[in-house]
Amino acid sequence: MNHNYQKDISGCGLTGLISRKRRPISGSEIVKSLCLMTDRGNGLGAGYAAYGIYPEFKDFYAFHIMYDEPTVKRTVEDYLKSNYHIEKVEEIPTKAVKAIPISPMLVRYFVSPLKERLAGEQEETDFVVNTVMKVNSEIDGAYIFSSGKNMGAFKGVGNPSDIADFFRIEEYEGYIWTAHTRFPTNTPGWWGGAHPFTLLDWSIVHNGEISSYGINKRYLEMYGYKLALLTDTEVVAYLLDLLIRRHGLSIPVACLALASPFWKNIDQRDPEEREALTALRQTYGSALLNGPFSVLFGHSNGLVGINDRIKLRPLVAAIKGDVTYMASEESAIRAICPDPQKVWAPRAGEPVIVNLED
Amino acid sequence: MFKSLAPPDYLATIDREKCIRCKRCIQNCGWNVYSWGGDKVLIDTFKCVKCLRCYHYCPEEAIEIKDNPTKFKQNAYWSFNNIKNIKKQAETGGIPLTGMGSDMPYPILFDNLLIDACQVTNPSIDPLREPMELRTYLGKKPSNVKVEKTKDGKLKLAEKMPPQIKLDLPIIFSPMSYGSISLNAQKVLATAAKACGIVMNTGEGGLHEDLFPYRSNIIVQVASGRFGVNPEYLNAGVAVEIKIGQGAKPGIGGHLPGEKIPLEVAKTRMIPVGTDAISPAPQHDIYSIEDLRQLIYAIKETTNYKPVSVKIAAVHNVAAIASGVVRAGADIVYIDGFRGGTGAAPSIIRDHLGIPIEHALAAVDDRLRQEGIRNEASIIAAGGIRSSADVAKAIALGADAVGIGTAALITMGCTTCGKCYTGNCSWGITTQRPELTARLDPEVFGDRLTNLIHAWEHELKEILGALGINSIESLRGNRERLRGVGLDSFTLDILGVKPAGR
Repeated sequence: MNHNYQKDISGCGLTGLISRKRRPISGSEIVKSLCLMTDRGNGLGAGYAAYGIYPEFKDFYAFHIMYDEPTVKRTVEDYLKSNYHIEKVEEIPTKAVKAIPISPMLVRYFVSPLKERLAGEQEETDFVVNTVMKVNSEIDGAYIFSSGKNMGAFKGVGNPSDIADFFRIEEYEGYIWTAHTRFPTNTPGWWGGAHPFTLLDWSIVHNGEISSYGINKRYLEMYGYKLALLTDTEVVAYLLDLLIRRHGLSIPVACLALASPFWKNIDQRDPEEREALTALRQTYGSALLNGPFSVLFGHSNGLVGINDRIKLRPLVAAIKGDVTYMASEESAIRAICPDPQKVWAPRAGEPVIVNLED
Repeated sequence: MFKSLAPPDYLATIDREKCIRCKRCIQNCGWNVYSWGGDKVLIDTFKCVKCLRCYHYCPEEAIEIKDNPTKFKQNAYWSFNNIKNIKKQAETGGIPLTGMGSDMPYPILFDNLLIDACQVTNPSIDPLREPMELRTYLGKKPSNVKVEKTKDGKLKLAEKMPPQIKLDLPIIFSPMSYGSISLNAQKVLATAAKACGIVMNTGEGGLHEDLFPYRSNIIVQVASGRFGVNPEYLNAGVAVEIKIGQGAKPGIGGHLPGEKIPLEVAKTRMIPVGTDAISPAPQHDIYSIEDLRQLIYAIKETTNYKPVSVKIAAVHNVAAIASGVVRAGADIVYIDGFRGGTGAAPSIIRDHLGIPIEHALAAVDDRLRQEGIRNEASIIAAGGIRSSADVAKAIALGADAVGIGTAALITMGCTTCGKCYTGNCSWGITTQRPELTARLDPEVFGDRLTNLIHAWEHELKEILGALGINSIESLRGNRERLRGVGLDSFTLDILGVKPAGR
């Protein structure tokens, strides 16, 4: 357990939307929304995540990998070949953009784990998580930045419109989108440090600083997570993975653990509920996310927005028709939805949970 | 008989012009330093321990207690105490005793750690305006919780939690037995524990019936002498602690001299009046970890599964020992650093055995995490907690709560003179002499101790606010918010803390 790391700090803007009816929405919408919030980024990182973009490969894990140089690519591909069936390999489509003169090699793989490589009762998802942990923490110069099914993350160093042009975001159509613009306060320069941060189907965009990072990190390490990125966002993604996928908590209950109600509110509940909420806090105290944050997290069945317990970062939500919007600023929503039916500021610690219809 | 060749530590002096011969110094001194000479107060300065009782009770401010300027020849190798102890041992053939924690100039790591604060990128939080939570639960936690929804959409716990001890803030009073301290001193601890929503610990001396009303704020202790232990006692508090060792005297037992065993102490300990109460060095039914497991479960069976705490001294291999203790079934591991206090210990043991709590705590927290069992037990860190800053640093290093003993005694008048083992404490704390214990009013000093805990509570909230976090669990084990100054890289590595500037 190495403690001698340098943590990454940044301020940010975020936006996201979801069509509950799984209606494909063009990437141009989310780009327009994100690009409005110019004050919230400084051109040192932006990214997008979309769900429903790989319908023809929806049963395969889509690994988006960035490589610093070709030899690393061979190392990773050898590893993948011996552990996965690879359905398809291709370069992630990009476009030359003047403001982005250099970029890492960007390749995507549609893969499924080889059955004989799964140890005993091991879940397929655990196997994939282990691969992501191994490559990201052990293979220098390679980084898996997206690993879910029928979804993908696209991110890099640049301002939101340049990154969108570079990854040709407008050519994708998805039913859930999240996007992020960064304002890092320390040395930038690494493409992997941009948001969204993803693991399996989880994608996180995050504005804020997790002041409890130190204990959240050590807590996750006890459960085998390797925190390679040293960003707050990484702990949010892994905590969701641990609580929801591995511990089987529902999303609303996981939110109660990550941004738990205050004791004075728990104490006022009726006895059964008080007992449950008390047990959650007792058990998941080290998973509590403390400090200012607003987070959007997408998953295969929906989109969730949540604030810290005293709302130290902005988050606005709006609804029109089957689409729910969430963003750091109302203006970012109105840029693409001028006349929403309802606009509101979610209360501190109370999640906005939107699920896709079946 | 020879006059001792070990010079006195202090010179008690009286300004004869100011002295009005009221004799209050004679009444107040528990050490017989002063006596009446017919026309003036006589002074036997060899007996003075600088507890300052006389100084505070002299109405004319006529008394001054000076450190004795007469020392042996200055020597960087042979310290004053080395020479003095040799002279004493030559005169008596005995083991010099002492009380309190070690006062030797070993490094104090707490003083080489600094706490973070928020600027710009995250806002600090004003504890006077926003909720700031210090509530702490001690006990075994499951790794995950099963929650279900009832028909009306409310949450319900599917599997019960193991028993927990609720603390309003992460501080408990360390074990100090009735016998080593007076009943009034225990009453001070009990009333303050109740007022502050925390717990005290009986130490190995049984539970006097006057403390029964405070049972929801008491942990009862079982140690090697098994004094006062019966099923009623085990069930009297919120938890039971098995004491394996004590930071001030790891590896050795205890000896409460017969002079400190009057009738009430004898009744509470269930031993004859005036007999020495000997706690053997080991517990003679615990010669290894599997024996400890048997005792833990015997106690759990007797108490219908109350939490069991195991107190160990911080010794070199403390991480592996603590891991074994947790695997043996303890719900709480209480680690006592070498600075921890004592009522009586050979000074050679107190000053040279064990390791500091900062190292021990960091090593134990790390080890339990490496082994994936940190949730199985809470950690209490004790042994030299002097201020709320020490509390915050200990919690950031990984403690669930801290134990304070000496700090609590200081609120009762203690000046850390270190003569607890004599039974002459002029403040009525570490004595059973009725004329001395009567000085310690449990109500008055209960309020003072409560004040101290509330003051630390406010300070802890200010520290959390500066850190931009509003709940103590986000500080616990959050070593990212500590930095070391002037520490070598090995020590930083053990503490899991970065150097300042990085």
